[in-house]
Amino acid sequence: MNKYLERLYNGLIKENPTLILMLGMCPTLAVSTRAMNGIGMGLSTTAVLILSNLVISLLRKVIPDQVRLPSYIVIVASLVTVTELLIEAYLPSVYDALGIYIPLIVVNCIILGRAEAYANKHTPGLSVMDGLGMGLGFTVALTLAGLLREFLGNGSAFGYRVLPESVEPIGIFVQPPGAFLVIAFFIIIMNAIGIKTRQKKLVSVDGCDGCCAACATPCEKAEEGGAQK
Amino acid sequence: MKSLILIIVGTALIHNVVLNQFLGICSFLGVSQQMKASASLGGAVIFVITIASAVASLLYNYVLAPLGMDYMKTIVFILVIAALVQIVEMFLKKNSPAIYKALGIYLPLITTNCAVLGVALTNVQNGYGFWESVLAGFGTAVGFTLAIILLAGIRSRIREEDLPAPLRGAPIVLISAALMSIAFMGFAGLSF
Repeated sequence: MNKYLERLYNGLIKENPTLILMLGMCPTLAVSTRAMNGIGMGLSTTAVLILSNLVISLLRKVIPDQVRLPSYIVIVASLVTVTELLIEAYLPSVYDALGIYIPLIVVNCIILGRAEAYANKHTPGLSVMDGLGMGLGFTVALTLAGLLREFLGNGSAFGYRVLPESVEPIGIFVQPPGAFLVIAFFIIIMNAIGIKTRQKKLVSVDGCDGCCAACATPCEKAEEGGAQK
Repeated sequence: MKSLILIIVGTALIHNVVLNQFLGICSFLGVSQQMKASASLGGAVIFVITIASAVASLLYNYVLAPLGMDYMKTIVFILVIAALVQIVEMFLKKNSPAIYKALGIYLPLITTNCAVLGVALTNVQNGYGFWESVLAGFGTAVGFTLAIILLAGIRSRIREEDLPAPLRGAPIVLISAALMSIAFMGFAGLSF
């Protein structure tokens, strides 16, 4: 497999950011009430991720190592602002549905995580493919979660009613608790069929919460703090 | 006065930042392993979010809005929050080592906690003034602390249980969070 396609496969399946790496849980839980919201959020994040990977990869020899995280944050925040204004102007219905979660793409662990783990070490071409793969992986996971919640909680798929009117949907699934339940089901199924997730990191490392790449403090500091207890 | 109390109750309980708004999930799931760590993180979050909402509100209402640059708010807020956390950390390190030791490692983690940016942006969206923003920030942070301490308590019990293998780890924590979220939905019935 050529290495560009390999990045796509890696992002979509092997290291799926949501399902395997368990990054970016906030937007996953928050916007997955409808399948369409999942697609909207996923594609907005993909756009930001591709561009931020490209810019950071191009600037990887220019940005000094000590100030790289603040620089990445400024780059990502600028791209998110541009994306937000574009969505507000051209897709007002998506803008209304996603609301505050669009500007919050800035603090999505996936974006800073990929900048730190991939884009600052690889060529622009590969970084763009990595962003595309990771973004699509995120989109697929969000849409799946959205589809399941919409089906169970509202009896519809992509806005079209699929269950007969006589079947009462389980309303709790489109409410906040449903988000936690659906993600828990996903992980239980993957555990049961033996797909390894990196969830250990999510629940066990104290202080460092799996957002390591995005947190400005190196992990040793957190471990040191943990050891003092 | 009544509206100010409503803001605190609303942000802390009815629209709980973690269980209803899904902000700060990373640290909610990551740090709730131990009660002590959860309480320290909660303290740090209350501290930072309250100050950050105050600063963000001043900046927005007196600098960005008059200059017509409110589209810059995301960039400005995230930089201000990152800088603020650094300053708070340095200040505490120098002036009150005891608090620094208790909060120390959790302070930098808060920079990437989406709750901080989320509160600042929500305040702007709701058109809150200075005191309303400070109280909304404080209420949100109290809600976060409440949720994370409750979850830490639940997790200390879960650890003793003999669970089916696929449920161990993240799934049972998420299911506990779902049940907490259902309980918190009851607060929606609070009306004044």
